Amino acid sequence: MTNHWIDYQHSDVIMNIGGNTAENHPISMKWIQKALDKGAKLIVVDPRFTRTAALADVYAPIRPGTNTAFLNGLINYAIVNNKYHKDYVKMYTNASSLINPAFGYSDGLFTGAEDAPARGPGQKSYKTDTWTYQRDAEGKILKDETLQDPNCVWQLFKKFYSRYDVKTVSELTGCPEDKFIEVAELFCSTGQPGKAGNISYAMGITQFSHGSQNTRAISILQLLLGNVGIAGGGVNAQRGQINVQGATDMGMLYHILPGYMPMPRDGQDLAAYNAATPAGGFWVNRPKFIAAMLKAWYGDKATAENDFCFDYLPRLDKDRSSVAYYTYMAKGEIKGLFCFADNPVVSGASTIKKRKAQAKLDWLVCADLFENETAAFWKAPDMNPAEIDTEVFLLPAAAPFEKEGTVANSGRWIQWRNKAQEPTGNAKSDLWIVDKLFKAVRELYKKEGGAFPAPILEMTWDYGNEPDVAKVCMEINGYYVADGKLMTGFADFVNNDPGVVAAGAWIYAGFYQDAANPNCKRRIKETEGIGSNLEWSWAWPMNRRIVYNRASCDAAGNPWNPDLPVVWWDGKEWKRHDVPDFNAAVPPEDTASKAFIMTPELQARLFAAGMVDGPFTEHYEPWESVTKNKLTGNVEFNPCSTVWYPEDRGSAEDYPYIATTYRLVEHYQTGAMTRNMPWLKEAMPEMFCEISPSLAAKIGVSNGDMVEVESKRGKIKMKAAVTTRVRPLIINGEEKEIVGMPMHWGFMGLSTGATCNDLSPTIGCANTTIPEFKSFICNIRRAG
Amino acid sequence: MKISRRNFLWAAGAVVTGTLAAKLGCSPKEPPIEPTTPGEEPTVAPSFKEDLRIQYAQTVTSICSYCGVGCGVLCFVEDGKIVAIEGDPDNPINEGSLCSKGSAVFNKYYIYDEKGNAVVNPQRVQKVLYRAPRSSNWEEKSWDWAINEIAKRFKATRDATFKEKNAAGAIVNRTEAIAWIGSAMCNNEENYIYRKFVAATGIVNQDHCARL
Repeated sequence: MTNHWIDYQHSDVIMNIGGNTAENHPISMKWIQKALDKGAKLIVVDPRFTRTAALADVYAPIRPGTNTAFLNGLINYAIVNNKYHKDYVKMYTNASSLINPAFGYSDGLFTGAEDAPARGPGQKSYKTDTWTYQRDAEGKILKDETLQDPNCVWQLFKKFYSRYDVKTVSELTGCPEDKFIEVAELFCSTGQPGKAGNISYAMGITQFSHGSQNTRAISILQLLLGNVGIAGGGVNAQRGQINVQGATDMGMLYHILPGYMPMPRDGQDLAAYNAATPAGGFWVNRPKFIAAMLKAWYGDKATAENDFCFDYLPRLDKDRSSVAYYTYMAKGEIKGLFCFADNPVVSGASTIKKRKAQAKLDWLVCADLFENETAAFWKAPDMNPAEIDTEVFLLPAAAPFEKEGTVANSGRWIQWRNKAQEPTGNAKSDLWIVDKLFKAVRELYKKEGGAFPAPILEMTWDYGNEPDVAKVCMEINGYYVADGKLMTGFADFVNNDPGVVAAGAWIYAGFYQDAANPNCKRRIKETEGIGSNLEWSWAWPMNRRIVYNRASCDAAGNPWNPDLPVVWWDGKEWKRHDVPDFNAAVPPEDTASKAFIMTPELQARLFAAGMVDGPFTEHYEPWESVTKNKLTGNVEFNPCSTVWYPEDRGSAEDYPYIATTYRLVEHYQTGAMTRNMPWLKEAMPEMFCEISPSLAAKIGVSNGDMVEVESKRGKIKMKAAVTTRVRPLIINGEEKEIVGMPMHWGFMGLSTGATCNDLSPTIGCANTTIPEFKSFICNIRRAG
Repeated sequence: MKISRRNFLWAAGAVVTGTLAAKLGCSPKEPPIEPTTPGEEPTVAPSFKEDLRIQYAQTVTSICSYCGVGCGVLCFVEDGKIVAIEGDPDNPINEGSLCSKGSAVFNKYYIYDEKGNAVVNPQRVQKVLYRAPRSSNWEEKSWDWAINEIAKRFKATRDATFKEKNAAGAIVNRTEAIAWIGSAMCNNEENYIYRKFVAATGIVNQDHCARL
C-alpha cells in the first residue's frame, strides 16, 4: 500500500477492483464506512456481487481476466474526456520524456519481440533496446514540456490507450456500456485537484498471467488522476495475510534479498552487482545497503578487501518461484523441501500435480499448528502411501500468541506481538526451530566438513541458547559495527562508508532504534492530525505513512487539498502531518518534479521499460479463455508468460465456462487453521460452488445438488449454490457463464472438502509467476 | 499529542496491566448504572468496564493472525492460559473490533468440551511427528531426534548437489535440490532468520505465500 487503512476515511471515491474488502479485510470496512458517512462513494468492480458490492454505490460486473481492459478503458476515458490532473501529470510523471523513435507497437507485440521457445511454443521475449529514453550527450533525458512531440511519452501513451474505447471495453469485459460510463464518470471525478480517489485491490488483480500489468494499470490511472501521495488516495494492495508484507520485506522470495535488493545472478561479483546500481534516486545508496547486510551476516569476516563476503551468497540462474520449483520437483530435481506455515498442495496451482511431485522428494519438513494437507499429502485420496518413499517430519509450531515478535501490516506498520502463553504441548516457535536447525547443521559442518562450508561456519548466528527475539530485531534494524550503537534511520547508511554499519534489512532501519523503547512497541494514539498515528508502532520507510507525499502539493508546496494537507510549505518551512518523503530542508522548488524518489528519473512512469511484457499495459486473454481477443492480432495470451505444461490447456469447446476462485469471511486461505476451529466450521461447514440460476437451469441442477466441476487438470465434486450473485455476461456478443469456487478446502481437518486448485492451471504472471487462479475454464454437470 | 490514562500505561511499556493498574489505584469504584427506562440495556461507565476486566486476568496485547489489516487484540490470561481474546480498543486501526475469524481466534488455542470446559484444541499438533518411507502412519519423536535427523538429511542432500561453478565456470554457490517455503504467517524475525539460513546454505528455490 502507498497509503494505510485509517487513511481510507479521507477518500472521495473508493474503487475496490479485484478485491473483496468486506469479506477478506473486514475491519478495514470501518474506514470505508467513515468515508461514506462523509459523502464518499464506493465502486466495486468484480465478477461476483460480493458483500463489498452489496455496500457499494456502484457495482460493475466484469469478466474474470479482463481487469487490464477495464482499467485501460478508464485511462482512456480520463484522457478523452479531459478529466486528468494536468499539472500533476506534467510535474510528477515521465509524460514529457522523449522515447526512442524506433519504439513501437503492433498486433499485440511491442518492438523487440523475439521467439523464446524456453517459455513455451510461440512465446516471446523482448529485446528492449528500443524501450529507451532519448538522452543528450551527458545522458540527461530529453523532454518536451509542451507534451506535443510525437515521440514523447504522453503522445505515445494517448495513442496506445485510445484503442480502449467504451464499446471495446464493454465487449471484452462484459460490463454494460452504461455501467462502465457510470464508473468512469464517478472515479475520474477525482482527477480534479483537491479530490482523492483510492483504488484498493487484492488477488483479483494479481493472480493472472498479466497480474503485474493489472497493477501497473492501476498505478497509471492513479497517476493520471493525481491520486498518488495524497491523503485518501493511493495504490492500495490489500494484503491477505498478517505478515505477507513483512515476509516480503525480509526477502523470502527467490529473486530478492532483504529490503528488495536483487539477488546476484550467475557469475556476478560485487563490482558487477554494484555497477548495476540505479543511476539516480534513493537506490543510488544500494552499495551501502548490501555492504550493511553482509556486515550483519558475516561480521568481522566481511571486509572491503574480500567484498564483504559477497561471494558467499548463492547466485540465481532462472525462475525459482514455487510454481517453477514444483515443476522441477515433478522432474525429480528437488530432493528436500522445508515448508514453514504454508500449505501449497491446497493453495498452489494444479494441486493434483503438486501432490504427485512431493512423492518424488527424499524428505519433507513441515512446521505447522495443525496437520495440513502438505504434510499429510501421502494420505490424500488419490495417493498410495505404500508407493511413497518420502520421509516426512511434521514439527509442532507455536501459534501467534505463544511467541513474540513483529508483523508488518498492509500499510507497512510494524506492530509488536507479546507472548500471552507458553506454546501448546511440545510446540516451539519457528524462531526456535530454525535456530536449532541451523546450529545442528553448522555443528555437522564443523565436525565433518562438506561442500563449501564457509558461508555456514562464518554466518553470524548468536541469538542465545534459546533465541532472543530482541537480538534478531537489533540485527535487522542495524547498528554501528564499532560500538554496537543502534541505527536510527537511513542517514546512518548515507553518511557513512560501506561497512561502518551492519543492518539486516535496510528498510527497517529505525524500527528497533532503542533496545529499551523500540519504535515498533509504541502505543500512543493520535489525537490530532489526519490519522497518521506517527507514535503508534513504526512504518517503513522512516515511519512514513503515505509514501511519495511530495506529490500531495504543487510545485510551490501548496497542498492540492488545503483541507487535508499531508505536508505543506508555510513560506519558511515544511509543515507536516506525516514524515516527508523528500528533502524537507530545502525550499519546495528544489523538490518539485522529484516526488518519486525511488526511480532514477525521480518521476513516476507512465512508460515503464522494466516490465518484461511491455512498457504499456496491454489486455491479453487469460491462458484459458472462452473468447477471442480482438485487440491483439494473433497474440491471444501474454506472449511473455512461461507455459510449463502446454498439454494441460483446455479448449472452450470442452470447457465452456469461466472458473474463478475466492475466499470467504469465515475461513482463512487453505483452511488449515480455520477448518480446525469448531466455531468457524459451524459458521461455514462445507465446500460449494456458486452458479447462476440460468446455468443451473441449463445443466438441470437445483440449489444444494451435488455437481462435478471439471477442467483439463482434473475434476472435483461439491454442492451447487444457485445464486444471482453470479450472472452471465455478454462477451463479444455471446453470453458466458461463470463458476465461482472458494479456495479453503482440502482432505484434512475437521471440515474436509474438494480443493478447487485441483482444477487450476500451472501458469503464472510473466513478471512474477503468481499463478492464474482467477480465470481458467471448466465444465460443470450434475453429479450422481 | 494528548496522553490519556490508557495511553500513559502503554507508553510506560506496560504489557501486563493488572498489577500496575492496581498500584495506580484503578480498582473499580462505580457500580453499573441501572437502566432508567424499562427494556433499555444496562450501561456501564467505560472506565469501570476496563477496570472489571483487569480484576481477574492479565491483559497481553498482540496482533491478530489473519489478514493484513493488523488488528490489535487483547489476550486475557489466567494461570498462564489464554481465557479470552478481544479486540484492542486502543489500537487505532481496529479500535476494538474484530471480524468473524478474529473473534473466533480463541479456538485456535482452546475449544469448549461437552461440559463447557476450555480444553486445548485437540486438532493442534503437539508432538514431533515422523512418517517413514512407505508408511501409512505418523510416529511420535523427540525434538532432539528430529533436529539431528533433519540436519543429517539436509547436509547429505546439500553436499551431494552443491555447485560452486556453473558449466561456463561462473560462480554460482548453490544447491538446486532443496526448496524452502515460508511464511506470511510468521513474524519478521522468523522470516529474517529463514532468509539467513537459506542464503548461508545456498538454497535458491525459495518462496512464500506472496506468490501463492
